[in-house]
Amino acid sequence: MAIEIEVNGEKRQIQSDPETPLVWVLRDELRLTGTKFGCGIAQCGACTVHVDGLTKRACVTPVKAVAGRKVTTIEGLSGDTAKAVQTAWTELDVPQCGYCQSGQVMSAVALLSEVPAPTEEQIDRAMVGNICRCATYVRIKGAIRKAASASAKKEG
Amino acid sequence: MSREPTNLSRRSALKWMGAAGAGLVIGVHLPPTGRRALAQQAADAAAPFAPNVFVSIGTDSLVTVQIKHIEFGQGPMTGLATLVADELDADWSQMRAALAPANIVYKNLLFGAQGTGGSTAIANSFVQMRTAGATARAMLVSAAAKSWRVPAREITVSKGVIGHQASGKQASFGELAALAAKETPPAKPTLKTPEQWTLIGTKVPRLDSLAKSNGQAMFSLDQYPDDVVTAVVAHAPVFGAKVKSLDDTKARAIAGVLDVKQIDKGVAVIADSTFAALRGRDALQIEWDKSEAETRSTEAMFADYQKALTSPGVTAAERGALDTAFTAEHKTLEAEMWFPFLAHAPMEPLDAVIQIGDDKAEVWMGCQSATSDHMTIAGTLGLKPEQVTINTLYAGGSFGRRAEPDSGFAAEAAQVAKAFGQKRPVKVMWTRVDDIRGGRYRPMSVHKLRGAVDGDGNIVGWEHVMASSSFAIGTPMEGLMVQNGLDMTMVEGARGLPYTIPNLRVGAHIVPNGVPTLWWRSVGHTHNGYATETFIDELLELAGKDPVEGRLALLSGHERHLGVLRRVAELADWSGAKAGDGRARGVAVHESFRSFVAQIVEVSKGPDGLPKVHKVWCAVDCGVAVNPDIIRAQVEGGIGYGLGAALYSEINIEDGGGIREANFNDYRSLRIHEMPEVEVDIVKSSEAPTGIGEPGLPPLAPAVANAWRALTGETLRRLPFTRSVNGKNGNK
Repeated sequence: MAIEIEVNGEKRQIQSDPETPLVWVLRDELRLTGTKFGCGIAQCGACTVHVDGLTKRACVTPVKAVAGRKVTTIEGLSGDTAKAVQTAWTELDVPQCGYCQSGQVMSAVALLSEVPAPTEEQIDRAMVGNICRCATYVRIKGAIRKAASASAKKEG
Repeated sequence: MSREPTNLSRRSALKWMGAAGAGLVIGVHLPPTGRRALAQQAADAAAPFAPNVFVSIGTDSLVTVQIKHIEFGQGPMTGLATLVADELDADWSQMRAALAPANIVYKNLLFGAQGTGGSTAIANSFVQMRTAGATARAMLVSAAAKSWRVPAREITVSKGVIGHQASGKQASFGELAALAAKETPPAKPTLKTPEQWTLIGTKVPRLDSLAKSNGQAMFSLDQYPDDVVTAVVAHAPVFGAKVKSLDDTKARAIAGVLDVKQIDKGVAVIADSTFAALRGRDALQIEWDKSEAETRSTEAMFADYQKALTSPGVTAAERGALDTAFTAEHKTLEAEMWFPFLAHAPMEPLDAVIQIGDDKAEVWMGCQSATSDHMTIAGTLGLKPEQVTINTLYAGGSFGRRAEPDSGFAAEAAQVAKAFGQKRPVKVMWTRVDDIRGGRYRPMSVHKLRGAVDGDGNIVGWEHVMASSSFAIGTPMEGLMVQNGLDMTMVEGARGLPYTIPNLRVGAHIVPNGVPTLWWRSVGHTHNGYATETFIDELLELAGKDPVEGRLALLSGHERHLGVLRRVAELADWSGAKAGDGRARGVAVHESFRSFVAQIVEVSKGPDGLPKVHKVWCAVDCGVAVNPDIIRAQVEGGIGYGLGAALYSEINIEDGGGIREANFNDYRSLRIHEMPEVEVDIVKSSEAPTGIGEPGLPPLAPAVANAWRALTGETLRRLPFTRSVNGKNGNK
């Protein structure tokens, strides 16, 4: 009784137990290892993915809850906003250990997709659920601002 | 040293040579036996030449540097590659970095074993990696000279191009790699003078940023060799408890659970998926024998530490005569400060993958104490070190956690793989709860300080005595770290107080404690930086002195302390602690790991009643700044890590030994909205480079506490600040 989900644009038949948290389905079954495990209780955001375009913590989302829905992981990011974010991330050398950064990037892309020119408060609110123990927060903010202004220039 | 491995396994040698294409492999300081072994392997791999282990140049001109230090964000991949590239006159775009496998040829020159810590990666590699680059360059030049029949001194190398102006000849590194490999390495290549550096001191982009922004960077948890199984371990709920009885019936009944095995520190559940392993562990029924366990609460431990402080302890530093300072004519001040256990909580909890084969094993691990982990895994599996290959991976943070003197996690992972007893690779992983409750905390401590100020406003007396446990005792580190009853990591940052105070004593008690502890980013400086820099601030206030001017006057002869303190005062435009507009400022300066850092912070009272830090100005002197941007990043990170800990972090143990905190919900980390603006200035220096992974942290918490005292009049003497603010008054 496989569950079907669409992952990064591809329909996948999931063999794992339907209760399995999405993070372990992505990693153990689909070998999409960019999505990380950090806490298991939706406190750190390392497992952030997009479900139908909105951020979701994959560690507390049983795979059955996303049956028939579109899941995007860091490996499947595409489009101008994602590109602007990842470019800014590398230009500012945001990552240190890097383990939380897939989740940070996923949250940032979701924010800028919805709010192209966020205020500081909007950035804080969108990113508050993503812990970075290396505390790269100064550069995360800087990269989001940079990506926002790069996108604005492109459109203008 | 007969147990030191001198061979790289064929597989890993092939892998790193293959990565660069066949070409030139150069390094330095390799013992002849190791060089022969590697040369032999290189021949097997059809690489023309393998004199050494750090630098390889492919026919594609890519230069790959084997990075002997673990990369967990502090930047050695980029930093060490920069040192090679500068001497090699390579173009930055042709540089690549690979994480070296566990092998003693990659030892830390300050440790004598392969390992990362103490903010030493650049410091111990500075000459070694430049020599590796200069050697490669000399051999390329020599090959060009022979090939073009021109004098070597007329050949230039710039941005990866070897040239001879008079003849107009040019070649890439790749074109000359095979020929260069036939050259004899120079015995002592000439290194550039600082004026000749082209990359050192500049911002070159990090080599790991892209892979860490697109999900491609591979951590231990990301390793899925064919047929891999996952194991989680049920650890004792109380430190020192042992398994008394085990009923694994329910666990074994869970679909996907393959086996349940008892090991030294608990019970392992091995399953064909992570979810099954976690469910299986939840279903274990274990009775624990707590007869030898540490069952005291942290509050009871604090009381025991206070009791220890009624005697003077072992003297760590002493000058003058305290009796002459603490007299009725002088103003005196006393303080007692409490510091909690702290978990490191790196984003990636501990993990490793081990595959046992016939008379061999392969390991995938982000190991920080590579030599120790290597020996431990080999020993546990009953193999010789050369039969065990460790593939080094990125590690998702550490802050000290992965550097265990007893390689406890490496032992646990190897025990699980051995107990499972199959050839399938075993991934042993900790969850966040395992991490927060797994011990190896920053030791808790109690400090007592007293100071005396004479009628002229001079600080004339200082006594600082602390009580804490030692994580060195009973480990191989004991001989190095514990001297004459003093744990040097406990008193670091206190015994060398830089201030000119005529009568001084620093003492310490090592108190037994069954809670396992470990170094935590900046180690003894975490508590001693706080104790000394808040107490000196209070004494200066008692003496009627400005916090910056007062410190400057007490630092004569300490030029590098003075340099960063003066610089940060300029940067912040310091004009006293009062900042107006509901804000105040505080300052702190501290030397750690031979680097000097001064910070000024501006705080207000946040809506939650806690200090809200708006801005941190920071001046750093860490000698030659190899990569200023990575230095800035490390200081920003140290500030954020230190601020989160100072505001929120503590591990509390209940009466009976259970740990209160479990995950990021109750072991609070700094979050993005709490991160202050940070401005870092790096003082220009020609001193040899020193550490930067840790030194940004110690001044932060005391600077915040000093600002808070200026703002509210309240002293914060129990950490975290949630324990002290708004009249909670800590332990009093």
